[in-house]
Amino acid sequence: MNSTETKSFGVLTRDLALKIDSIIEKHQSNSTKLIGILLDIQDVVPRQYIPREVAAYVSEKMNIPLSKTYDVISFYAALSDVPRADYIIQLCDSVVCKVTDNTVLLNTITNLLGINEREATADGKYWLEYTPCFGACDISPAIRINGKVYGNLTTEDSIKAALSQYK
Amino acid sequence: MNMVNLKIDNINVTVPDGTTILEAAKKVNVNIPHLCYHPDQAVKANCRVCVVDVAGSKKLAPACSSYVYEGMEVQTNTKKVRDMQKGILELILANHDQDCLKCLRSGNCELQALCQRFNISKTNLDETIEALPLDNTNPSLVRDTAKCIKCDRCVEACQKVQEVHALTHSHRSVHYNVAPAYEMPLEQTFCVLCGQCSAVCPVGAIVEKDDTAMVWDAIQDPKKHVIVQVAPAVRVALGDMFNLPKGSIVTGQMVAALRRLGFDKIFDTNFTADLTIMEEGNELIQRLTKGGTLPMITSCSPGWINFIEGRYDHLLDHLSSCKSPQQMFGALSKSYYADITGIDPKDIYTVSIMPCTAKKFEAKRPEMKTNGVQEVDAVLTTRELGRMIQSAGIDFVGLEEDQFDNPFGIGTGAGAIFGATGGVMEAALRTAYEVITGKELPALEFKGVRGLEGIKECTVDIDGLELKVAVAHGLGNAKKLLKQIDSGESPYAFIEVMACPGGCIGGGGQPIKSTMDVKAKRIDAIYHIDEDLPLRKSHENPAVKELYEKFLGAPLGHKSHELLHTHYHSRGMKYNFKELMNK
Repeated sequence: MNSTETKSFGVLTRDLALKIDSIIEKHQSNSTKLIGILLDIQDVVPRQYIPREVAAYVSEKMNIPLSKTYDVISFYAALSDVPRADYIIQLCDSVVCKVTDNTVLLNTITNLLGINEREATADGKYWLEYTPCFGACDISPAIRINGKVYGNLTTEDSIKAALSQYK
Repeated sequence: MNMVNLKIDNINVTVPDGTTILEAAKKVNVNIPHLCYHPDQAVKANCRVCVVDVAGSKKLAPACSSYVYEGMEVQTNTKKVRDMQKGILELILANHDQDCLKCLRSGNCELQALCQRFNISKTNLDETIEALPLDNTNPSLVRDTAKCIKCDRCVEACQKVQEVHALTHSHRSVHYNVAPAYEMPLEQTFCVLCGQCSAVCPVGAIVEKDDTAMVWDAIQDPKKHVIVQVAPAVRVALGDMFNLPKGSIVTGQMVAALRRLGFDKIFDTNFTADLTIMEEGNELIQRLTKGGTLPMITSCSPGWINFIEGRYDHLLDHLSSCKSPQQMFGALSKSYYADITGIDPKDIYTVSIMPCTAKKFEAKRPEMKTNGVQEVDAVLTTRELGRMIQSAGIDFVGLEEDQFDNPFGIGTGAGAIFGATGGVMEAALRTAYEVITGKELPALEFKGVRGLEGIKECTVDIDGLELKVAVAHGLGNAKKLLKQIDSGESPYAFIEVMACPGGCIGGGGQPIKSTMDVKAKRIDAIYHIDEDLPLRKSHENPAVKELYEKFLGAPLGHKSHELLHTHYHSRGMKYNFKELMNK
């Protein structure tokens, strides 16, 4: 009578689950540190996002309903519920970068990689998204690739140089 | 209790400390507009339509979340207040798909009523409706986020009352939304389809799946013999749709209306409720005397079944193997009834009128088949029946009372009380006592299992055998009893669980505005029906006795097992993390 039919996994592997276990442990399984936990987990998931099965795993481990975990994931721009890419290009969308014409920067990246905002390249390498100010106003217009800041990107060559470090 | 004196629109009112302005205003017949406020729910204060002017404060205050104080002076109809309320309504309208003419909630939509009240028909704001795809792939409920006003009432019902956590609010700012996690369709979540969300939604964003067209077609098909069964909880709620006092018993008018709609035979689910007691009561006796998994838990409520099959599938052995009264009726309609009338089961079209949205799902379960055909062909909620009667132009209130047809027209008081929380338990105890002891019950009523307390328990002395039983209504309460079983600490032999608060009378398919006050009135009405019936014990139902003599044999016999019992199974909703780690 008790058939144990269950859902299969697409992303979650035993190795990934073990990594997630150690991240949760590092944060003392403290549910008030959920954002930090999710940010750390996102870094170790291929294409840097939190798929449903991973969110469900975290929810079960931490005894939080999946609906609550998803509420948190969807609330913060720094967490993604859709697959992104190996390299995440974050384009600063604040006033200072607008004044120094980040639209040129956006158009150049779009032309070079063939992706628009919130899109990934077909090979899953690059993802482009807007982000709130990360404090690089002195070298605006600026982008951040996987957390590293590149500034003064006013020419195509400077943008190419920044991107060329991520192959 | 400290009393507080205040003035609302220059009218003096005295209320207990801790009362909100909105509730205080009700006392002096001032109805402050509101959308997210619901009398049975916690304060949310997110729609802001209830703002009022409080003397001494520059800002307008939300009446639902502002508490009264001594000497407070409130104005609810100043220009400033009305302009603000109109502005808020226009903003909501700009994000609301105004599909009013064919919306199921037209006529009892709270947003529509407020727009009428403030004389708003169109907004001059740009309409921006960012909606998720229509979620209509399950048999029970339709979610249309284009109409959602983000009041969060459904989230409260799903998370706090039912503890199912299928629906949540997510994202923020203009993208703020109400949906399951990862925007999955309901049937791919732990949603149990109880419909409590649809019962509290102020607009048409979550509604029952309307199956009335299907039933009209069947009635008008001359080749079909269309029969209908009506659940015990419908007759004390249907009157709401026709502005009768809450808790009115409208059994006779309801049967008359069904006859006018064109159903060939009108039967009573109370009959199969009695039959359920015969089977379930004997199953309990067997488990007690011959050994079996205890506590045994009832299986009448399909929302509850979806809950245990989804999240607690390791406890399925505790469920009674009985089908629900709806399905028992369906099975008999396609076997016994087909035999005695000589009609081919394929030509019999069985309709149920249920207080429940999950019953639509239950009827479509692939295993619910008898003689190769679906046992129940269509399930209508109380709301849908009300709409059919309205659509046919039947003056319901003036109808002369009619009676159920035979052979499934006789139900006892025990079957009638199935509609209220604790009713199945009480009915089962009435029968179990007399079957086990062979003596007549000294007192028929088991008051310990009645009422609206979340979990009720009582101990029954059956000739020296102490039977400890419990009753839970609302899945949050059921969860507590399941956790007890999980930890091996459950002291009970028998547990009744109903998914909806109040039992079936509070079902997700009942008329809108079924607040706890209304539910209490319906429960009173159900016990009145029981008291007024000549027969009040299931095993004394002459039609049930005849059915066993002529057709079924004995309770739990071969034929019963084939027709009236089933196997409940896992819904396969869980990820198996344990197996992953053992790889």
